Amino acid sequence: MIEGILIGLSTALSLTNILMVMVGCFAGTIIGMLPGLGPMTAIALMIPITYGFDPSTGLILMAGVYYGAVFGGSTSSILLNAPGIPGTVATAFDGYPMAQQGKAGKALAIAAYSSFAGGTISAIFLLVAAPSLSKVSLAFRSPDYFALMILGLTAISAFSSKGQFLKAMMMVVLGLMLATVGQDSLSDITRFTFNNMNLTDGISFVLIVMATFAMSEALTIIFRGKDPNRAAKQISLTELGSIKVNKEETIKMAKTIPRSSILGFLIGVLPGAGATIASFLAYGMERNYVNEEEKQKFGKGSVHGLSAPETANNAACSGSFVPLLTLGIPGSGTTAVMLGALLGFGIQPGPRLYQTNPEIFWSVIMSMYIGMVVLLILNLPLIPYIARILAVPRNYLIPLILFFSVTGIYLMSFNNFDIFLMIGIAVVATFLRLYDFPMPPLILAFVLGGLMEETLRRSLLISDGSPNFLWDRPITLIILLITITIVGWQIFSTFRKKS
Amino acid sequence: MRISPTKFISLLFLVLSVFYLYTAYNIQVFAFDENAPFNAKTFPIYLGWVGIILSSLKIILPEKVTTEVNHKHLDYKSIIYLIIISLIYAALILKIGYFISTSLFLFASYYFLGERRWGLMFILSFPFVAAFMYLLHGLLNIYLRDPFLKYIGVMG
Repeated sequence: MIEGILIGLSTALSLTNILMVMVGCFAGTIIGMLPGLGPMTAIALMIPITYGFDPSTGLILMAGVYYGAVFGGSTSSILLNAPGIPGTVATAFDGYPMAQQGKAGKALAIAAYSSFAGGTISAIFLLVAAPSLSKVSLAFRSPDYFALMILGLTAISAFSSKGQFLKAMMMVVLGLMLATVGQDSLSDITRFTFNNMNLTDGISFVLIVMATFAMSEALTIIFRGKDPNRAAKQISLTELGSIKVNKEETIKMAKTIPRSSILGFLIGVLPGAGATIASFLAYGMERNYVNEEEKQKFGKGSVHGLSAPETANNAACSGSFVPLLTLGIPGSGTTAVMLGALLGFGIQPGPRLYQTNPEIFWSVIMSMYIGMVVLLILNLPLIPYIARILAVPRNYLIPLILFFSVTGIYLMSFNNFDIFLMIGIAVVATFLRLYDFPMPPLILAFVLGGLMEETLRRSLLISDGSPNFLWDRPITLIILLITITIVGWQIFSTFRKKS
Repeated sequence: MRISPTKFISLLFLVLSVFYLYTAYNIQVFAFDENAPFNAKTFPIYLGWVGIILSSLKIILPEKVTTEVNHKHLDYKSIIYLIIISLIYAALILKIGYFISTSLFLFASYYFLGERRWGLMFILSFPFVAAFMYLLHGLLNIYLRDPFLKYIGVMG
């Protein structure tokens, strides 16, 4: 492991890669700060820029963007009560009241220190857990992988859809359907192309991400008349105050951070759960842990209440890399985008990544630490200035997002069919979002579609067409039972609501 | 009888799933593969059926959580303008090249979204796109095809 850490450090600490982490954190913070634009959009917009880089550098840039976007989301939660991403909603519960009391600088500092601690502690867990899990996951066979993917898709539908499980599952099926367009990987038979040559190679992953996130986010902002800079005018008038944290507040944070980190990491590892659930659970857990006097402060600017969700959402970000790096199966929409980018570089993440591309495996983990340090020492002091980005009027912001989306696709294919297709998918996605049809399950399904068909093919061929492969092996059976439990729980909670 | 938008979308999804399933059954596989446990149409057929089941359930089951959208607050005019501009942009990008089409797209988008600061609109379109192209082409070595700039000798 020491050798791996050194490989990772030497790659991550090269001048180019340090620069990339800094650029990524900075760009991510800016994009994540804008309400409506989250880490997935931020990473999607970065994909075209990474084409010219080697895989490690590209991934390091995207990891930086990821952390930056989560941090940026916290900033808009605290300053505007307008979370940039769902994962920072809980941050606003106590961060915004604190800012209203004239302690915005302090709230931002507490958020930054908690994020740093949560991210660093969980990166250590990742460092220990990932190689061990990689070895365990070598024992996985095709039926296990197939069952695991079903579990991942079911879990993301159950956890990410605000109680609208069926809608999310429909998005999963739509994502899988889109993934089947083009040539079949084994027989080369073209499917669902309707004699259109442009579809023979299938629909590009970047196109789907750009359409359902970047472009659709931009159209939704216009459609709903949202104005990301509405409250920014308030910021320019507001004094952020000191960013110094006193001894009493430090002690409170020191108590909260360890337990929230562990909880955040464990939630992050679970497929589909991620930062949002981790932050809400950590907030709830912290409220139960503190004494009665502190409990009364929750919702009115409590240090515990701010520190817990911030620690947990960053810890969950690191945790979500575990299934991606060890099994090659992303557990969240954001890591699904990163998986797509990895595949674009010709790298298949999974248990063998640890052996075949150790420099990538370790440099991503090491870049997390560097990203955390960059966020703390570079972004925190610059926050009063970065926050001014919220003053960019949407009249400029939206066309620029559309421009980056179209350019990303044009760079890939140099034909306009893909641009037309992207506009079409973005319009459909905008209407689907309007009625709460979630997009992350669609992305995850699209990314996993090819692999899922491949593992199902192998499993069915091994079992001679019988569905026995689903319960022949204990691992497969356990995964299947967990999936059935999740579906059962969704049905039960639906009927419970009804009664 | 008024059908809720969610159920209407589910109905459209049901139609899509039926069409997908029909197309899946008509995929031409190799003769020797026809009776294999798994061929090119197996997975799509499963998907088609799952799509039909899920969308039917959504249509049949009563809605516990309804999504209310106030159409008065939706800015249809701006979004239609933006989509039309984007479609024109996509149609022109190969004909007049990346630089001019992108700059015009940005300029027109700013205008239709209500911006009237002409100087800023110009800076954030033509020089901005030129700088971006330089970043991609000159610094990052990412090739950006532009027949127009090639024709006038700006790009190699």
